Amino acid sequence: MTKFSFTEKKDTRSGFGVGLLELGKQNPNVVGLCADLTGSLKMDAFKKEFPERFFQIGIAEANMIGMAAGMTIGGKIPFTGTFANFSTGRVYDQIRQSVAYSNKNVKICASHAGLTLGEDGATHQILEDIGMMKMLPGMTVIVPCDYNQTKAATIALGQHQGPAYLRFGRPSWPVFMAPDRPFTIGKADKLIEGKDVSIFACGHLVWNAIEAEAILAEKGISAEIINIHTIKPLDVEAILTSVEKTRCVVTCEEHQMNGGLGDSVAQVLARFNPRPIEMVAVNDSFGESGTPAQLLKKYGLGPENIVAAAEKVLKRKN
Amino acid sequence: MATTDINSLKKLSSQIRRDIVRMVHACQSGHPGGSLGCVEYFVALYFHFMKHDKSFKMDAQGEDLFFLSNGHISPVWYSTLARAGYFDPKELSTFRFLNTRLQGHPATHEHLPGIRVASGSLGQGLSVAIGAAQTKRLNKDDRFVYVLMGDGEQQEGQVWEAAMYAAHNKVDNLIATIDYNGQQIDGPVKDILNLLDLKAKWEAFGWIVNEFNGNVMEDVVAGIEKAQSLAKQGKPVLNLMRTEMGFGVDYMMGSHKWHGVAPNDEELKKALAQLEETVGDY
Repeated sequence: MTKFSFTEKKDTRSGFGVGLLELGKQNPNVVGLCADLTGSLKMDAFKKEFPERFFQIGIAEANMIGMAAGMTIGGKIPFTGTFANFSTGRVYDQIRQSVAYSNKNVKICASHAGLTLGEDGATHQILEDIGMMKMLPGMTVIVPCDYNQTKAATIALGQHQGPAYLRFGRPSWPVFMAPDRPFTIGKADKLIEGKDVSIFACGHLVWNAIEAEAILAEKGISAEIINIHTIKPLDVEAILTSVEKTRCVVTCEEHQMNGGLGDSVAQVLARFNPRPIEMVAVNDSFGESGTPAQLLKKYGLGPENIVAAAEKVLKRKN
Repeated sequence: MATTDINSLKKLSSQIRRDIVRMVHACQSGHPGGSLGCVEYFVALYFHFMKHDKSFKMDAQGEDLFFLSNGHISPVWYSTLARAGYFDPKELSTFRFLNTRLQGHPATHEHLPGIRVASGSLGQGLSVAIGAAQTKRLNKDDRFVYVLMGDGEQQEGQVWEAAMYAAHNKVDNLIATIDYNGQQIDGPVKDILNLLDLKAKWEAFGWIVNEFNGNVMEDVVAGIEKAQSLAKQGKPVLNLMRTEMGFGVDYMMGSHKWHGVAPNDEELKKALAQLEETVGDY
């Protein structure tokens, strides 16, 4: 397998913006709704190209979710855009009743998720959204890892039927996935083959896991890196195949330990193949203001934390 | 509208009232008060105004659409849909029982024909209706979208988000209605959280407000006709429809007490004695 590297950094939200524009060209039924964050969500290009299919809602997220549900009646495919906090926690009941329970083909697209939002602080740094969304019956939950994968995931959602949550972020981040790398909803992507420990990561922390792998390799530890971009439906087979080989697990995510990728993976292990697991995640805490790099370090989500978690879990392995 | 047609709508209304009280009596739960108050509105819409297809297609291209935001008055909607041919009226006997398609609050999950979105958690229906109306505009479909809300429901903030959106964006293929009965679960609306001048509020939000009495069939028909004539002129239209909770059953009228309480055997008998069986009980 080839090693991963990058030559440029881009924000994942821009991947969403270009993906939505391309999708708009492919499918006339795709419509965009935004709650006064068109620039932040990178929806300007879609708005400019398709003014009739772009809906400025204003700062009224509950109305946006309800409208999106209604717009599916008659065949439209609404993509709603706002920050992850306002896309989930603020409108949970609207999503639950009008979208999820009603099985509406609404794509909830959420930027500025997690600590890497940075200076705005904890009011905006949602770390509970994956948990909230994955608990809803029938909801697909996708957390892509870089610009190219966010674009691919956005385009893939155009063909997907049913409610879905797409989570991405604000900071410039290494672009390391090839633009033509296949993306299939629900199919985990093995990035680096290894034999000693399975590292399952999603979102921005996939890159941190790749960096951790290089450090571990220098220490003579062979880590397998798998990008779990779809939290739900979870690729149980890919997880079990890897764990069968490595017999221990580290999960990495920019989210609370409660309710995130880690607890989805832990469920799989507990039910089908109990093995030691360590979780690199935020441990029952709110975030705070700071640069993304400072916050990832302070809250224990850096490559060095993944290395430490791998070494710890290896000691528990038998 | 000819007198004979009005009379047939009135006859149907009496039957639907019987259905409502029998449904809530059978499962000893549900919301008879608001359901009884809105019978004339449902009958006028489904049996006179709306172009709709009982074979039911979710997308409803070329059809008028109806959304119920105050989903707890599901009995009146279920009975209306059954009597309009969406499903066998016999199925009304399954209301609120395990494995029914007639859930306590309307849902699409069990695929009951006629329902397009779940409702029950209040305040969401107007947004959904606006979305559907915008899609009709994109699809160049000139039929109307109707939505019914409760007056207590006006206490939900989302209603006003939606109200602002519809006026700003000239969503004029939409006719919203408020069941203005002045009651909510805990008591009279004016005592719980006063809506003050509801007409002035909606007008201030940029809507055309149309008032009529919701429990006189002639007035309901004239009121909806007027609403249609006011629509499609650049502003959304709101019907402020005055009704009486529990209308048609004397002991249920004029109080919030029958908002969400089922009649016992004796009370059922008393209610049915006041409501003529016209089309035939299910």
